[in-house]
Amino acid sequence: MRRWRSGLIAALLAATPAAAVLPDEMLADPALETRARDISQQLRCVVCQNQSIDDSDAPLARDLRLLVREQLSAGKSDAATMDYVVARYGDFVLLKPPVEPATWPLWAGPFALAIGGGAMLALWLRRRGAAVPAEAPLSAAEAADLARLDGG
Amino acid sequence: MFAEIGQFALILALFVAAAQAVLPMAGAVRGDAALMAFGRSAAELQALLLLTAFAMLMICFGRADFSVALVADHAALDQPLPYRLAATWGSHEGSMLLWVLILALYGAGLARFGDNLRASLQARVLSVQAMISVAFLAFSILTSNPFARLDPAPPDGAELNPLLQDPGLVFHPPLLYLGYVGFSVAFSFAVAALLEGRADAAWARWVRPWVLAAWVPLTCGITLGSFWAYYELGWGGWWFWDPVENASLMPWLLGTALLHSAIVTEKRGSLAGWTILLAILTFSLSLIGTFLVRSGILTSVHAFAVDPTRGVFILAMIVGATGSALALFALRAPQLKSGAMFGAVSREAGLTINNLLLMAVTAVVFLGTFYPVVMEAVGKKISVGPPYYNLVFTPLAVPLLLMVTVGPLLAWKRDSLGVLARKLRLPALLAVVVGGGIAFAAGPVTAAAVVGFTTAFWLILGGVMIFARRWTGAGGFSWRLVRTTPVAVIGMALAHSGLGVTTAGVTAMSCFAASKILVMRPGETTSLGPMSVTLARVHELEGVNYQALAAEFSVREGSRIIHLQSSRRFYPVSRNQTTEAGIGTSLFGNSYIAIGDTQQGPGGDGLVVRIYRHPLAGWIWFGGLLMALGGAASLADRRFRIGAPALRPAASPSAVPAE
Repeated sequence: MRRWRSGLIAALLAATPAAAVLPDEMLADPALETRARDISQQLRCVVCQNQSIDDSDAPLARDLRLLVREQLSAGKSDAATMDYVVARYGDFVLLKPPVEPATWPLWAGPFALAIGGGAMLALWLRRRGAAVPAEAPLSAAEAADLARLDGG
Repeated sequence: MFAEIGQFALILALFVAAAQAVLPMAGAVRGDAALMAFGRSAAELQALLLLTAFAMLMICFGRADFSVALVADHAALDQPLPYRLAATWGSHEGSMLLWVLILALYGAGLARFGDNLRASLQARVLSVQAMISVAFLAFSILTSNPFARLDPAPPDGAELNPLLQDPGLVFHPPLLYLGYVGFSVAFSFAVAALLEGRADAAWARWVRPWVLAAWVPLTCGITLGSFWAYYELGWGGWWFWDPVENASLMPWLLGTALLHSAIVTEKRGSLAGWTILLAILTFSLSLIGTFLVRSGILTSVHAFAVDPTRGVFILAMIVGATGSALALFALRAPQLKSGAMFGAVSREAGLTINNLLLMAVTAVVFLGTFYPVVMEAVGKKISVGPPYYNLVFTPLAVPLLLMVTVGPLLAWKRDSLGVLARKLRLPALLAVVVGGGIAFAAGPVTAAAVVGFTTAFWLILGGVMIFARRWTGAGGFSWRLVRTTPVAVIGMALAHSGLGVTTAGVTAMSCFAASKILVMRPGETTSLGPMSVTLARVHELEGVNYQALAAEFSVREGSRIIHLQSSRRFYPVSRNQTTEAGIGTSLFGNSYIAIGDTQQGPGGDGLVVRIYRHPLAGWIWFGGLLMALGGAASLADRRFRIGAPALRPAASPSAVPAE
């Protein structure tokens, strides 16, 4: 144990800060810890690109993880803890953006596209598909073409 | 000298491309066969020149010629040769060169294997293809020259980011580029069809193999990238909804839609306008995928301004290509023939609904990726992360996946809901029973698990039903029908059930993955679910260009014992480090161990150990592989090579087998 802790480890440690959730930050109460992990996955590490504080190695993410655990340990509910963090860091920390007029296109856009597109399709089909002609049998030439393409 | 040869080849390729952009098009307009034929020679010459340029850059990397700035920035002497060669496309400039090379190779492919095409169509396609070439060659030469020299040359270079020094990442970018760039062919076909004012069944049959030729490597590339993230990033994540990943997913989703709408155009002559629109949009998304991502605009609107020349150039190209193609579409689409009609319940309608849902899920990814940028531009910062995607992507993806199995059971032109319901009653019941059963057996049951496993089994069953229906005729099961199964049908069954396999893996990983983080000392044992993990010893390792701290674990599950090594590598040259997780794989799931720093534990100083249980993890990528295999099988179908049925035999003397 002592040998490998010498030079290499020092170099490794100097190179990067601690990684993601560490044992020393975890809460003793497993139920509370699970809630803390769930909340951590909803919060963005504000100095990282697109990482939750649960995944991030950044020191600031660690501070936020500790903050979340502090709040939960003090008996706050999940929602109250989230509110507390948002009050300090703004909506930017929420990986699930709030639903408000400015984000309606984000939330409703894809569904509007699917429903609107479906409605247009239905309309189009009704207009031109009202009279689908009965199947006409293949002509001899068509049948020959088909045989050539599929079989030989 | 090598760098200069490369530089000359690159510049020559630009001139050849410029000629190829103009002359064949003029030939097609004036009906001049010689000018049209020039397009084919030019396309092959352009590919040859770019192959030369790329080979020269690779030689510079191989020789570790640090007087070339790019080499000095991305290769070091103690880096193993394969990774030094792979560094050729590990940088912005090098990957641009790869991009134009692949573009030229597709062009040469069109020239070489496109002899069953109408000559005027081929000439126009090659012209449009060359216009794209001109833009990107100019971009490469003017803003990101890979052959720039450095004086004085440094004695040693800076190495490639160690995270990228991995076999997975050697092949990941070329595969993605084969996909992205491959969609340029569909784009060129679309623009050419608009110019000719003609997009019929024959046109669709010509486009389809090229779409497949792009879709297959893109599928492989995304799968490989996800697998790489899983084993290399050290916490077992396989998809992060990161802008860069989203950039590859968007063209894949839309490309999948294109693949299916082209089938309708080919078989029934319908939806031609829609297919053309999809081809244009898919390539636009590919461009956005490759370039907007690397312009820095996604990190922040402000990062975009750091390198304005590149950014503005890129934006101008995307807007130019998409804008002019869409304008042409608006102008010409009304003239396209609308093809055969179909009923509200028919294979055509099913494929249209599939297209609609694919558009909607693409919109989810698009909005999630770009909405924050728009919001930032108007002064409000928001984040869009996995919780958003889970909420919005899933409800649209589930009906899409359910439709996948329904589609092939529908008859072309007109079907009835009653007949369909009779066909689906039993499989649906079976899927719910099996899917629900798996969810119950796997652990604490949730609605997500039941829906996920049911959908997964429904998809796999869909693949089985494709065969069952194909092999039983009016007279019951027949070997003759088995023997004559077209390869494309096998391809469809493989791809659809591959999607089911992936769905099963995703469901299991989302609902039943477990993890444990703790401090361990050598000799200590811990357990996670049925797994019992012992840290045997910790030691140092010396690699070629790195040092590592390695931990040996033995993992016991039931009577099966496996030994895993988990390590952290430190690369002194770049002062970077990577995590090499120890992964024990099996059919039903993986055990995954990663190590971290030393930390004070209950029994004194020890190693931070992260242990994960990943049920069915491998299925995610195996499914991706099956999908790609399905695509490749379809591509091998003979019907593509013999060209389309000639409408008027005299009009197309070239519609003979290509072999």
